[in-house]
Amino acid sequence: MSDTKNFMFLNRRAPYGTIYAWESLEVVLIAAAFEQNVSLMFVDDGVYELTKGQDTTGIGMKNFSPTYRTLGDYEVRHMYVDKASLEARGLSADDLVQVEWEDWETEESVDNIVEVVDSDRVAELLDESDVVFSF
Amino acid sequence: MSDLHTVNKSPFEKNSLESCLRLSKSGSAILLYEDGVYGALKGTAVENMIASVVGDRKIYVLGPDYKARGLDETRIIDGVEVVDYAGFVDLVEANDKVQAWV
Amino acid sequence: MKFSIQVNEGPYQHQASDSAYQFTKAALEKGHECFRIFFYHDGVLNGTRLTTPPQDDRNIVKNWTELAEKYDLDLVVCVAAAQRRGIVDDGEAERNGKDATNIAPKFRISGLGQLVEAAIQSDRLVVFGD
Repeated sequence: MSDTKNFMFLNRRAPYGTIYAWESLEVVLIAAAFEQNVSLMFVDDGVYELTKGQDTTGIGMKNFSPTYRTLGDYEVRHMYVDKASLEARGLSADDLVQVEWEDWETEESVDNIVEVVDSDRVAELLDESDVVFSF
Repeated sequence: MSDLHTVNKSPFEKNSLESCLRLSKSGSAILLYEDGVYGALKGTAVENMIASVVGDRKIYVLGPDYKARGLDETRIIDGVEVVDYAGFVDLVEANDKVQAWV
Repeated sequence: MKFSIQVNEGPYQHQASDSAYQFTKAALEKGHECFRIFFYHDGVLNGTRLTTPPQDDRNIVKNWTELAEKYDLDLVVCVAAAQRRGIVDDGEAERNGKDATNIAPKFRISGLGQLVEAAIQSDRLVVFGD
């Protein structure tokens, strides 16, 4: 398989209430291993997946929040957050986890690949992708 | 070329249609199916969501889902086209890709 | 054209599997190819042969099996999602020490790589979910 496609994972669900966020993250990890160009988009309640300070000790479920912070190591290069969804929930970029990215070969690095974008940019990014995964 | 967006949620239950309309490009196609068909009706509190974009987007509604829910075709918003499953397949083929607003 | 289909919900609770089935059938009848049908999340529950709906209801699992037999479809159930939800074939029963299997005919259990590969190989991925 030589083809490389631009994969966009469209995340619109909050974590824990349902399993969608966690199981879609499992697909992201596999897709990156297939050397595809993987980007994530967080829209609607999907922005809650990235909030800092998640602690699941009281609900007996696995806290998968730390996994998002490792996505840079899986060569995920872009994580986009829809600005309108974020603002509608009284959140800002400061409330979200930061994800570092580094190219091990060139040592090029980015401190935080989580980027807040406006509606027009979200539409463009979705449109430019080759495949949109929805969960 | 543009994308086909699919919406299967009632606009009264979830904001999928609202997000789809906000985040889809001008000229794209939108198919309302399953409970999404309720968004295609005239005379509802949310009628304007679809009515205001007819012309800018191509809006389709899946006939079998519409009929299953006992809805009369005369209630479909003007400019919305009814398709069957074969038409759904044609829309997927004719557009670049599918964005599912599940 | 080459399609792949992703089914995210189990049978009966949601219309997703019915819609996916109707779509797939229409695509095949129009002469398109369906590279793979991938069952994920509760969608893996479409792959149990133990399903017993009332006689006057459609048998969704059987519908998928029969469609797969007619068109030689590749029905793939995600292994991680299947393990969580108790969908078991011979290999899984042996690996995980289970005393029974329930995988339906024409379904197979495999990894998420099968979904990624389907998305790479197909012209279109169509997702059906809640």
